Amino acid sequence: MSDVLVTMEGVEKTFPGVHALSQCRFELRKGEVHALVGENGAGKSTLMKVLAGVYLKDSGRILYKGKEADIHNPRAAQHLGISMIHQELNLMPHLTIAQNIFIGREPRQAVKFMLDDKAINDNTQQLLDMLHLKLDPRTKVADLTVAKQQMVEIAKALSFNAEVLIMDEPTAALTEAEIDELFRTIRRLREQGVGTVYITHRLEELFLISDRVTVMRDGQYVGTVNTADTNRDEIIRMMVGRTIYEAAPDIPENGKQDIVLEVKNLNRGRVLQNINFHLKRGEILGFAGLMGAGRTEVARAIFGADPIDTGEIYVQGKKAHIKSPNDAVEHGIGYLSEDRKRYGLTLGMDVETNVVLAAFRKFLGILGVVNYSRTRLTAEEFVKTLSIKTPSLKQKVKNLSGGNQQKLVIAKWLIADTDILIFDEPTRGIDVGAKSEIYKLLNDLAHQGKAIIMISSELPEILRMSHRIIVMCEGRITGELSSAEATQEKIMKYATERGGIVQTNGAPASAAV
Amino acid sequence: MDISIGTPKALPRGLLRSDATQRLLAFAALIVLIIVFSLASPNFLQFNNIIGILLATAVNGVLALGVTFVIITGGIDLSIGTVMTFSAVMTGVFITFWQLPIPIGLIGGIATGAFAGFINGTIIAKMKIPPFIATLGMMYVAKGLSLVISNLKPIYFNDTPGFREIVMGSALGSVFPEVEVLQIPNAVFFLFGAALIASFILGRTILGRYTFALGSNEEATRLSGVNVDRWKIAVYTLGGVFAGLGGVMMASRLNSAQPALGQGYELDAIAAVVIGGTSLSGGEGTIMGTIIGAFVMSVLVNGLRILSVPQEWQTVVTGAIVILAVYLDILRRRKS
Repeated sequence: MSDVLVTMEGVEKTFPGVHALSQCRFELRKGEVHALVGENGAGKSTLMKVLAGVYLKDSGRILYKGKEADIHNPRAAQHLGISMIHQELNLMPHLTIAQNIFIGREPRQAVKFMLDDKAINDNTQQLLDMLHLKLDPRTKVADLTVAKQQMVEIAKALSFNAEVLIMDEPTAALTEAEIDELFRTIRRLREQGVGTVYITHRLEELFLISDRVTVMRDGQYVGTVNTADTNRDEIIRMMVGRTIYEAAPDIPENGKQDIVLEVKNLNRGRVLQNINFHLKRGEILGFAGLMGAGRTEVARAIFGADPIDTGEIYVQGKKAHIKSPNDAVEHGIGYLSEDRKRYGLTLGMDVETNVVLAAFRKFLGILGVVNYSRTRLTAEEFVKTLSIKTPSLKQKVKNLSGGNQQKLVIAKWLIADTDILIFDEPTRGIDVGAKSEIYKLLNDLAHQGKAIIMISSELPEILRMSHRIIVMCEGRITGELSSAEATQEKIMKYATERGGIVQTNGAPASAAV
Repeated sequence: MDISIGTPKALPRGLLRSDATQRLLAFAALIVLIIVFSLASPNFLQFNNIIGILLATAVNGVLALGVTFVIITGGIDLSIGTVMTFSAVMTGVFITFWQLPIPIGLIGGIATGAFAGFINGTIIAKMKIPPFIATLGMMYVAKGLSLVISNLKPIYFNDTPGFREIVMGSALGSVFPEVEVLQIPNAVFFLFGAALIASFILGRTILGRYTFALGSNEEATRLSGVNVDRWKIAVYTLGGVFAGLGGVMMASRLNSAQPALGQGYELDAIAAVVIGGTSLSGGEGTIMGTIIGAFVMSVLVNGLRILSVPQEWQTVVTGAIVILAVYLDILRRRKS
């Protein structure tokens, strides 16, 4: 077909330890909006970054207007007419709109090193007019809303005469009205023949804006369908796949446990809206949702790491005033960050020190002298009970595997006597064998009466481990499922339920929105 | 810092960029200081004292101009104090040891500074060593080389009587020998001339644009196809040029190159930049602010001396002012 702009075939990309893209394909036509969807880590952004020259492909072919193209850096892509608007906006906040758009190719005056500010502002004004944007080219980007900043990125992309525009999760930080504005702009570009790739995980959006949908899963191409011929359920099925997972959790739900943690009407700006839930003794409560759904933010709010606007937290039935992580620990709440290397461990120190670090006070003798024989005994005990594999207690933590590091963090919190443990992505970066050990450990802890919140982006993990599952989307709790009724499809439905567009009764929005 | 004041009337306007609340604050602080000190002591607004303040600001101000660029990129340059000295020593080598003509000696001195800055930039951009460490190293290297080359002794410019006149003479005063008010040493014009040039570079040239871009979002600048390394080197080289100019001015003023001098000047310069509202996190800053900051520091020191505050306490007050200035900057940032 002559109207095909881009064809990608057999694209492979490997990062250290991860096979990010495997035999991926993609096709973009002139004047179409092509949605690219998939779960977190499906490889959507990676594939498009290959097209935009941010990453180099290991193998495969990219055809641009029928000819094989060599795209070795962002510049090369831009010269072909391929521009990408990244999820984290790539603007210089201290510079003006015009300065941002023409960065790296500023109009000069007759004297080569002098800038021609008039030309730069005039050219920008033309671009902005073309996009029907009422903005002054001299406005500093920092003074614009995120939506307007995005428009600046679009203007920048078009200033390269882009024929292919890639947008990575463009609506993540936008309000309804701003999304409408964005969609209007995209439709206008479509009329002009620009091919737009629209990366999203918001399913309802793709029915509003896209012509075709390509689904990816685990770095692989799943399929491409015409938006008009499909529906939400089919897309979810394609995203999730048909994988069969191990048996349900091995602890039956017990409705009679006492409630140890209750959160009422927690609010924090747009990040957390009206969060209500409770946690029972001996329970593992899964928190599912897509990236940016607000799960980590809930944990941080409960742990006192971020301030909250309104809301109440009850621990063991009593109202708790948690203003800092220190308060949280005193109430027996522990938080195991998703980034354990940064927040959980002192990597350069040995195993023993790390294990006792959080509870050092317990090991102090008179005059504040550390009782090293006791720290050693305690460390030995925990290394044994959690079966942490280390040659000695004096081993530096950075030399341990991810799984053993995670166990070490768990040991730390156990010594600190916390009854409520919040695990944020407990198995991220841990290999499969070690994963099942962590799972076993979580189950044991629940058996012993600890109350556990487990935040995870891996649906199989959530389904396997949780007694109950809370699903979040955009700072709100959109659903709660018992382990018996939970399936990947149901979770995905809740996880993609945006406020405003989808009804809140949990019914899936019909395909033809 | 020895003698010192400054009248705000003397500050150039026009070309200089304008925004930043902090700069207004610094300016207000400068006015308040001048009013307070002139009320407290009749000596403060004496002509000789004003000249003293201008002279004291000249070298620190020129150094601060260079550091302004570096700090706007989000970097830091700790080496300018000793690079200044190194440039002064090399000027001594060119003029006194090798008996080259004075103009060649001046250019050589400034080129020495530029070279040191170029090395700084190359180490930072190509070897990816953090600016703090790279320039800390350069600080010691320049200090050591100054001592080695001068053999630990000051180099005097006694054979070239015209040399001292470059900075301490008064070109304006010699045109109007009768008018006492016009007997302003050339150093003052060097400072304001350098400030105008710096302001032009920052506001009107490609180098200035990339200075802001680097400090605002280096990765985005790189992804826009800008050769980030090259421009970073250019910025540090420019910082070196100003350090070299400072060195030449210092040598002329003292009529000698003092190899043991210099360490600590970088901190005064950085303090002036920060007081002037340039953000240490990069992306923001003005030349006007830096000049005001430099005057705030020298007026403060001069005024306290006139009020017979011991030198130790002057240092304490200066430190407190720097902390206050940065704190105000943080408060402003938090609000926005």
